Amino acid sequence: MPAPLPIDRVYREESSRILATLIRLVGDFDLAEEVMHDAFAAALEQWPGHGLPENPRAWLVSTARHKAIDRLRRDIRFRAKQEELARWAAEPAWQDAPEDVGHSDSVAVADDRLRLIFTCCHPALALEAQLALTLRTLGGLTTEEIARAFLVPVATMAQRLVRAKQKIRTAGIPYRVPPADQLEERVEAVLSALYLVFNEGYAATSGPELLRPDLCAEAIRLARIVVSLMPGRPEASGLLALMLLHDARRAARVSTNGELVRLELQDRRLWNRDQMGEGIALTESALKKGGPGSYALQAAIAALHAEAADAAATDWRQIVELYGELCARYPSPVAELNRAAAVGEAYGAAEGLRLLDDLDRRGELARYHLLFAARARFLARLGRKSEAAAEWERARDLATNAAERRFIEREIASAGPPHEAPNSYTAK
Amino acid sequence: MRYMLLIYDRESDWAAMSEAESGKMFQEYMTFTEGIRKSGHMVAGDALQPVSTATTVRVRSGKTVSTDGPFAETREQLGGFYIVEAKDLDEATAIAAKIPGSRTGSIEIRPIMDVPKG
Repeated sequence: MPAPLPIDRVYREESSRILATLIRLVGDFDLAEEVMHDAFAAALEQWPGHGLPENPRAWLVSTARHKAIDRLRRDIRFRAKQEELARWAAEPAWQDAPEDVGHSDSVAVADDRLRLIFTCCHPALALEAQLALTLRTLGGLTTEEIARAFLVPVATMAQRLVRAKQKIRTAGIPYRVPPADQLEERVEAVLSALYLVFNEGYAATSGPELLRPDLCAEAIRLARIVVSLMPGRPEASGLLALMLLHDARRAARVSTNGELVRLELQDRRLWNRDQMGEGIALTESALKKGGPGSYALQAAIAALHAEAADAAATDWRQIVELYGELCARYPSPVAELNRAAAVGEAYGAAEGLRLLDDLDRRGELARYHLLFAARARFLARLGRKSEAAAEWERARDLATNAAERRFIEREIASAGPPHEAPNSYTAK
Repeated sequence: MRYMLLIYDRESDWAAMSEAESGKMFQEYMTFTEGIRKSGHMVAGDALQPVSTATTVRVRSGKTVSTDGPFAETREQLGGFYIVEAKDLDEATAIAAKIPGSRTGSIEIRPIMDVPKG
């Protein structure tokens, strides 16, 4: 039996990189997507007979580029485009330039995916369009998946993506990393898009896989380049630190039977200590550089979890302080919820529950399942079992992610506070 | 690419200016225009008479109907425009941000449609 050809793997691992290069070469998102798919279709036909090319990505890029030239030749406005055609034919680079991140002051970073994310996050695009386009092109998510993540109908999301791509083309939004003097105002959107890509990999909103480590790795890789672009700015290193610290727990987050494992039940021997060390060092340097930003504060919280030898050793009081600072600087009901949960750990369930009750009364999180999950946990610890059960059910009805819903089902089934629950789903 | 930069401003602000102030503003526009002419970005540009001089025309069922006033009453009025040649939206934005009216009003940047000339 012939070995299966690894086209699927090449697609999964290389398509965002190929797409980014093609967008640079042909200057058009839609055309780039179409010809990339043409090239993969050609690979399906040719690779089984001829074998895998030495460099599959180079083969796909050059095939796609020829497909693009063919398509353009057929274009009725061919003459008007001749100049463009000449430019493409002259473009020698079918690949990214070497990924050299050593030149921190060089703004001419030759990384197609970095350019792509700056284009997707251009301020001339609406915020939702920026994020959707980033997930589509860099994250490789389908329109259906993005629509689900944003809780909008598929048709709405499809139209949003079409309009955004149209605007990039028609309004002349450039495909490049902005010059140094504009980096400051442009980088914030890029960081939030990177964090979104990371989160999609860390807790996929859809699809068969719970985690998509390729997306996490890509977000981390790009964040490293952004950090090297702006060495003096703590926000980028704060985000990099946060992602490294979260990602370092990956192996312990999913049990052998594919279920999510709560932080306090994770087998800490599975944590990637080298990566945590790097994350902690980056957090410390980000905190030292002036008023800590939101990512650096969250990284500091993640670092405290990383430093605890076991769940019981967690410095919850310090975590309460950090969440307090986060709430003061970047007020949000979700940050308050996290602070309330930390207060419950540090100062007792009754104190945490009091804060959660306040939040519940304000109604801003009326549709957020984690508020009710936290209430359920504290109620159970206080022995108020029937109230806890009702809260777990509210949480389950609001959860949109199938894995989270299963997780809540297990909590309901075990009907007790989580630290008394059988740890059968702890990763081994 | 060519872009049209539409300058929206409150006409009432202009009316309220002293002669010295409006003279200074005028001078700033002259300097700006000269600057983009020298840099090769300028294609065209003009200031418009106030909205009170506007006439709107519509043809309905073959009948021409003219009315006094602008197409739409807005808080800021179209007061002038430039057409510039820029390599991309970032360059056009940088030029628009130097228009004196950008500090008091707003500049709308519109790419000009490329119509193949047959």
